[in-house]
Amino acid sequence: MRRLASIPEALVGLGILAILAAMALAASALFPGDPFAIKGAPLLSPFQDWSLPLGTDRLGRDVMAELFHGARTSLAVGLAAAAAAIAVGAVIGTLAGFAGGIVDEALMRLTDAFQTVPSFLLALAFVSVVGPSLTVVVIAIALSAWTGPARVARAEVLSIRERDFVAGARVIGMHPLEIALREVLPNALAPVLALSSVIVASAILIEAALSFLGLGDPNRVTWGSMIAEGRTVLRSAPFLSIVPGIALVLTVLGVYLAGEGVVEGTAVRKSLS
Amino acid sequence: MSEPLLAVSGLIKRFRRSGTTVTASDEISLSISPGETLALAGPSGSGKSTIARLILRLIEPDAGRVDFEGENFLALRGSALRARRARLQMVFQDPLAALNPRATVARVLDDPLRIHALASRSERPERIAALLKRVGLSPDLAGRHLHEISGGQRQRVAIARAIATRPSLIVLDEAVSALDVSVRGQILELLLDLQRAERIAYLFVSHDLGVVRAFAHRVILLEDGRIAEQGDARAVIDNPQSTIGKALVAAVPRLARTTIQDRS
Repeated sequence: MRRLASIPEALVGLGILAILAAMALAASALFPGDPFAIKGAPLLSPFQDWSLPLGTDRLGRDVMAELFHGARTSLAVGLAAAAAAIAVGAVIGTLAGFAGGIVDEALMRLTDAFQTVPSFLLALAFVSVVGPSLTVVVIAIALSAWTGPARVARAEVLSIRERDFVAGARVIGMHPLEIALREVLPNALAPVLALSSVIVASAILIEAALSFLGLGDPNRVTWGSMIAEGRTVLRSAPFLSIVPGIALVLTVLGVYLAGEGVVEGTAVRKSLS
Repeated sequence: MSEPLLAVSGLIKRFRRSGTTVTASDEISLSISPGETLALAGPSGSGKSTIARLILRLIEPDAGRVDFEGENFLALRGSALRARRARLQMVFQDPLAALNPRATVARVLDDPLRIHALASRSERPERIAALLKRVGLSPDLAGRHLHEISGGQRQRVAIARAIATRPSLIVLDEAVSALDVSVRGQILELLLDLQRAERIAYLFVSHDLGVVRAFAHRVILLEDGRIAEQGDARAVIDNPQSTIGKALVAAVPRLARTTIQDRS
């Protein structure tokens, strides 16, 4: 942690993430009730009325409240999708690399198949077929994001499986599945986890884009749907798109910087030891 | 010593790398009796480690036959093979590389007991403590991580793991080569003690003829995957007949011959 603090971008990134997490946690306390509730006159500009500091949208809803509640959705979707993608990718990559032969071929061609479809298109198709809800959006994003972790995990496993401790596990009669998941996988995880910041950032963006197209969960405020709402009045009230847009940019930036910092921090530790 | 514990015949393994074929095991035949130590010695690249790994089924041979405890070991598959592995164990050169780097001492010793159902979950801590005591370690080490204990202690843990399933044969692949001389003597003493008490046979893979002479009953000298010379360990090393044997003996530093006392 101390070494992380000495890397300026990590500090900035972690700062942004801390603020975002605080916003998400405080959303219900600061803005109780339904963020979709009408709070005032429609299209009130920011900084006019201090009880509605960021103004209101087309229907008179509090933009500040929507922003705070939207942070919740963005963070939840980003983290859940990344966790699912890494879990699935790491297991598939480990099994492919460890089993070799036909299993490896089959799993890697499957990975190719998923990788050749543009990730946003895949998410879009999945959500339009199954129907929008938060879980479906998470699955849709994970579906297109697991291929990266799978490839990295496989490459790592290919070198780990030649190490003596794998031979040692075979000698004591351990089942191959247990060797793959319990002995090999944990040791292959570090470079896979380094991908997590990129995946979280792209998950947040894909979720926003899906919401923008009206394919997000209709019962939840998301920054993407706020931008889409604001689009219709872009000329008269541009702040309705700009405010959530800035939040989105800062979040993705924060996740990315924090991730870079962590990777750099662990790299330093490695070169020191 | 009538019925051999392990009988290997005509074992062949070739590796093809970028057009050239290397024969790591060229029709190797050998046998080990219960409670006996057979050394496989030779220069690096002579195939001694490969032969050990072929016998353990870590690598599949191209041809040959391995009979272990009167059973065709090469015919075993899947769970039958895994179950039989309890009787045929191995200790590697570098215990830190041969054991999961993230594991604790307790986990390393828990695995064989769990996999071969040798003790129930509640009995295992007691068995682990007994195993640690058997190899001359304090049971208090159980909670430590492998990187928190010394090299000699780690090799003792590796030996404890190997004897946990009560094997009849243990392959020692350069098991004492990486240890410093004082620790090496203690580990060899421990191995001799275990052999006397449990009648365990050893296949001792080593390039150190000084240790081989003191530790093994018989020796096989290898060159390019073929047996160059074999016989009583002391007789062969004191008076080698083959060219490779003479070269290997000439390369042994005089001091190494007295690292541990001659065995009776």
